[in-house]
Amino acid sequence: MSKFQRYLVNKLLWFILAFCIALVLNFLLPRLIPGNPVDTIVAQMSAGGGVSGPALERLYNSYIAEFGLDQPLWKQFLIYLGNLAQGDLGTSFARSPARVQRLISEALPWTIALMLPAILVGWIVGNTLGALAAYKGGWLDRIVFPSSLFVSSIPYYCLAIILLYLFAVEWNLAPTGGGYGYDKAPSLTMSFFADVLRHYWLPFLAQATIFIGGQAVGMRAMSIYELDADYVRFARGLGVSDNRITAYIFRNAMLPQVTGLALSIGGLVSGGLISEIVFSYPGIGTLLFTSIRTSDYPVIQGITLVVMVGVLTANFIVDIAYGFIDPRIRAKASGES
Amino acid sequence: MATIAPVSSAVSVRPGFLEGVRRSLAIATKRNRRFWFSLSLLSLLLAFSLFGPYVFDKTDPRRLVGGLYDAPSAEAWLGTDNFGRDVFTQLMFGTRTSLTIGLIAGLIAILIGVVIGTTAGYHGGRIEESLMAFTNIVITIPSIVILILLSIALTTRSVPTMGLIIGVTSWPWTARAVRAQTSSLRTREHVDIARISGAGAASLILREILPYMLSYIVMAFVLQLSSGILQEAALAMLGLGPSNAISLGIMLHWALLWESVRTGAWWAFIPPTALLTLIAFSLLLLQSSADEIFNPRLRRK
Repeated sequence: MSKFQRYLVNKLLWFILAFCIALVLNFLLPRLIPGNPVDTIVAQMSAGGGVSGPALERLYNSYIAEFGLDQPLWKQFLIYLGNLAQGDLGTSFARSPARVQRLISEALPWTIALMLPAILVGWIVGNTLGALAAYKGGWLDRIVFPSSLFVSSIPYYCLAIILLYLFAVEWNLAPTGGGYGYDKAPSLTMSFFADVLRHYWLPFLAQATIFIGGQAVGMRAMSIYELDADYVRFARGLGVSDNRITAYIFRNAMLPQVTGLALSIGGLVSGGLISEIVFSYPGIGTLLFTSIRTSDYPVIQGITLVVMVGVLTANFIVDIAYGFIDPRIRAKASGES
Repeated sequence: MATIAPVSSAVSVRPGFLEGVRRSLAIATKRNRRFWFSLSLLSLLLAFSLFGPYVFDKTDPRRLVGGLYDAPSAEAWLGTDNFGRDVFTQLMFGTRTSLTIGLIAGLIAILIGVVIGTTAGYHGGRIEESLMAFTNIVITIPSIVILILLSIALTTRSVPTMGLIIGVTSWPWTARAVRAQTSSLRTREHVDIARISGAGAASLILREILPYMLSYIVMAFVLQLSSGILQEAALAMLGLGPSNAISLGIMLHWALLWESVRTGAWWAFIPPTALLTLIAFSLLLLQSSADEIFNPRLRRK
């Protein structure tokens, strides 16, 4: 096995280890809740007056059996793993008998459709602005830098709240929330699609603005740092053409930005949680919000699992890609240096 | 290689540490207006949260002064919230809670980060490898997930508990950076001299290494403080904030839940939003301008 292969295997083992730890945490932490979560939820149901007597008892027993709460902890963990392997995340407490995986797979497309384009657009615009500000300097830098710094220093949910208030409430340019009108049912018609777009642009704008600010600040700093590097001076001294030097600088400055992009995509579910709540957007964030309000532990656990899988996978892919892209890692792994 | 330290500190290369601090501050006074601006802004916010209630004689944030979202008036300067409580009073106490949680979280994160970072960086070898492997795993598992899981496991969350759980999930970046600084500092001559004089590991780290990256640790603390405050607000907006307390995040949580944005009750959500932004902005400004003071390479020519 070559050293480079060993690097890949090493990274894979780390990924598996981190994943196992994440699974154990996801299983164990909610079980630290004092008492029994089923007690809490059944108490809530009977207090609501909806269910009572034998029906309540049946419900109680079915929950205990499903989560194996009468079993020892290690057995519960095995049941958890077994269900997970079959893609089963359990039954929602609050919206029983809905399956957790169904609730999540209904919400996830909304989150991805909102966050992925926002991240990509924000990344491209932000990096272009940052690089231009660094190279051209002058008036462009004087506008881009302070405004990006200001935008990126506003907590992102604060920006979302302010945009929602200004555009939707004060100026009446957008609906005040939701993914589509309350009077419409999801369907594959043009009018529904138009309605979705009408609800889409404001949350999209909020997310993209946040990314543009952060990326521009980072790219500007990276470019300025590279512009001042010894290899640039050396190349200038040798009489290398400006275009060639710019290409070198660009390649070097881009590397951390590409990493940032991959990690943002991996973390897109957690990145949008609170903005979705602000815009009542029907994605994972809003689902998490209602689940927390109704103590719907299986759904919360399902969502945290989805977030962890996304982030860990993105990290793993970045590590592997770096092995191929970054000559320094390649050289170190194959023992050239 | 190791002698060219990446320590971002003008102080570390000079023999007189206090002399270095004095000079840096002298430069700061003369040239860095942003540093003083952010510091004054922060002091103002701190004073507002600590002494405000007594100055304005509004010491009970839970007192009902009106109905649902009453507009600002001479009585309630920033109107009332969804429970009919005075927003201005809530704002002072909310800022206090948010700052407290950020402070606890920042101190805990710095403490863990510095202990792990210096131990790993100073000892090297196996100890370094295992500590950094642990750190890297904690970095990859997203902290918001651990925070959500921990928060739902705790049925009552006091202000110190919130600070604690945010602190124990946010130290890895500091640990990583401190390790890098330590392993470059430990090969310095003055550390060797102290070692030859018979100083132990703990005393070497405390006396010969830590003081030389103090500026760096202070800046890391400012960043941890800021991220701790924002993490708390994010958790509170999800509905997992401290129980029985008012924080800026909790104010926003209620404002969102009771549709203040859609009903146009701006006084319920603009003040906490503005305060959070001001705190985050002034801490960021403080950090970047302090960086310029301590790191002469970043200074404008």
